Amino acid sequence: MTTGTAKHGSNVSLARRAWAIRRNALRMGEVQGQGYIGQALGVADVLAVSYFHALTYRADDPEWEGRDRFLLSIGHYAIALYAAMIEAGILPEDELETYGMDDSRMPMSGMAAYTPGMEITGGSLGHGLGIAVGMALGLKRKKNPAFVYNMLSDGELGEGSTWEAVMSAVQWKLDNLIAIVDFNNQQADGPTRAALAQVPEAAKWQAFGWHAQEVDGNDLDAVVAAFDAARSHDGAQPRVIICNTTMCKGIPFLERREITHFVRVEPEEWAKALEILDGEMPQ
Amino acid sequence: MKPQELSRRQSKYTARSVPQGERVATSAMIASLDAEGRDTIAAPFGHALVDIAKTREDIVGLTADLSKYTDLHVFAKAYPDRFYQMGMAEAVMISAAAGLAREGFTPFATTYAVFASRRAYDFIIMAIAEENLPVKIVCALPGLTTGYGPSHQATEDLAIMRGMPNLTIIDPCDAVEIDQATRAIADTPGPVYMRLLRGQVPNVLGEYGYRFQPGRAQMIRDGRDVLFVSSGLMTMRTLDAAKALQKDGVDCAVLHVPTIKPLDADTIIAEASKGGRLVVTAENHSVTGGLGEAVAATLMRAGVQVPFRQIGLPDAFLDAGALPTLHDQYGISVSAVKAAVKSWL
Repeated sequence: MTTGTAKHGSNVSLARRAWAIRRNALRMGEVQGQGYIGQALGVADVLAVSYFHALTYRADDPEWEGRDRFLLSIGHYAIALYAAMIEAGILPEDELETYGMDDSRMPMSGMAAYTPGMEITGGSLGHGLGIAVGMALGLKRKKNPAFVYNMLSDGELGEGSTWEAVMSAVQWKLDNLIAIVDFNNQQADGPTRAALAQVPEAAKWQAFGWHAQEVDGNDLDAVVAAFDAARSHDGAQPRVIICNTTMCKGIPFLERREITHFVRVEPEEWAKALEILDGEMPQ
Repeated sequence: MKPQELSRRQSKYTARSVPQGERVATSAMIASLDAEGRDTIAAPFGHALVDIAKTREDIVGLTADLSKYTDLHVFAKAYPDRFYQMGMAEAVMISAAAGLAREGFTPFATTYAVFASRRAYDFIIMAIAEENLPVKIVCALPGLTTGYGPSHQATEDLAIMRGMPNLTIIDPCDAVEIDQATRAIADTPGPVYMRLLRGQVPNVLGEYGYRFQPGRAQMIRDGRDVLFVSSGLMTMRTLDAAKALQKDGVDCAVLHVPTIKPLDADTIIAEASKGGRLVVTAENHSVTGGLGEAVAATLMRAGVQVPFRQIGLPDAFLDAGALPTLHDQYGISVSAVKAAVKSWL
């Protein structure tokens, strides 16, 4: 049982928030009959800590100047971010069933022009961290103390542009920039470790000059501690949290399935997955 | 025509002899354009940007290790705290410019046209254009303005960039227009790609009382026999060619089209429709995908049938060498333009 603490004066536990994010994502997957559900289930704990412990924002004013910026590089993770933003009250729950449909505010790949709270258009991988560098520079120009978070994927670490941004963030001493790497070791064609992302991961970022932490991204207490450490670190350097996550986390029969980038879920299995989740609702 | 036929190159295994007499060497990278005995103005882009920034706190400058070669060093010196040296990293320069624009700033990002259009395209289209962010991308060495060969000759940048929705594309002629266009694009909503001549830039349009207007093509001189439709430095060439042709009894009009996108279709159609004139497009760019084809398509869509010829660089990788030689070789010098027009009349 995890004990991670929620901010914002809420008594709702982070475990319950993560559960709700998983549930929202499964419901969206059920509507569409498909979706990047493996990623969404895997990253739900990290998003719960992001939106219910770390980030400062106003749910009714997603463009509030004082907000922490959360940039989703990985457009296909939109299902997970919608699920979190619905739980956060940024998006209305009753639009959940429009996911991926014509004229929906929740398209399959995340785009800034479509969705309140979606800061950037993701999808072309390797863009988010560079944009985050610019926003962090801009916030410093404005003397705005907000943080810029960029959630990127392990596969995205293969893009050269990501490493241009890694170097640039150090050059500009961007202590208001926190990168979150969802490391599920799965990209489109197979394991990320078999492609370009060689270990050791954290040491690589440290060598570039980042404050780097590597945690079990499905351990809420560990993720909370990592976010707290990243925010309170007093070095004039950018911070990265490498979150090792398990695809399909929380739904055992899916966790056991041969994991691929696009996890296949049979039509009748959505209800089964929701039933499992509903049987394990945390306090 | 095979690309090889456009080249003067012999085999790399054939030894060359040292030429006797006057030597024409490769133009230095910093040379925007030979001044050709005209008045010049130094670094018009850099000085205009400094001037705008006096009253525009939102203006910031970024470069990818090419401030001195895009005249942005003038801005960097005047406003060191508003200048971002991003290093030799075009992707993060463009992405960071997008991020700064998201935070309310108006970034001017500079590099060479080859690097912006070829290397940074994905970042420009997705991080900037898709969101219609006000990032101004200003690029030196457009078309054939260096003798360094294909790595630095942006002969197809307009073809690449024209396909990008939301993007305004400017190909200014001279120092006067660069100054005016820089001021104008600072006020233009959305992203802009502007080609840049830098260093000592000729003052050509001053004598015609020209004023740049975004999105507008303008008649610089009228004429009965030929209608040049030209952009960028080729308007210098067509104006000079028009003067030279006048002496031979050929009366040439010059319609200057600095805004490649959105194209001023109304003016182009109106001028071409006047009839009785050979329409000759002229551009410092490949004949593929630039001004010439844009004008041709505009006229065809409007049902305007006129004699039409195209002056531009060949669809080929161009030679290294000295600019004057290359401009003659590839048909964009004044004498080559003049000869081409006479051959068509």
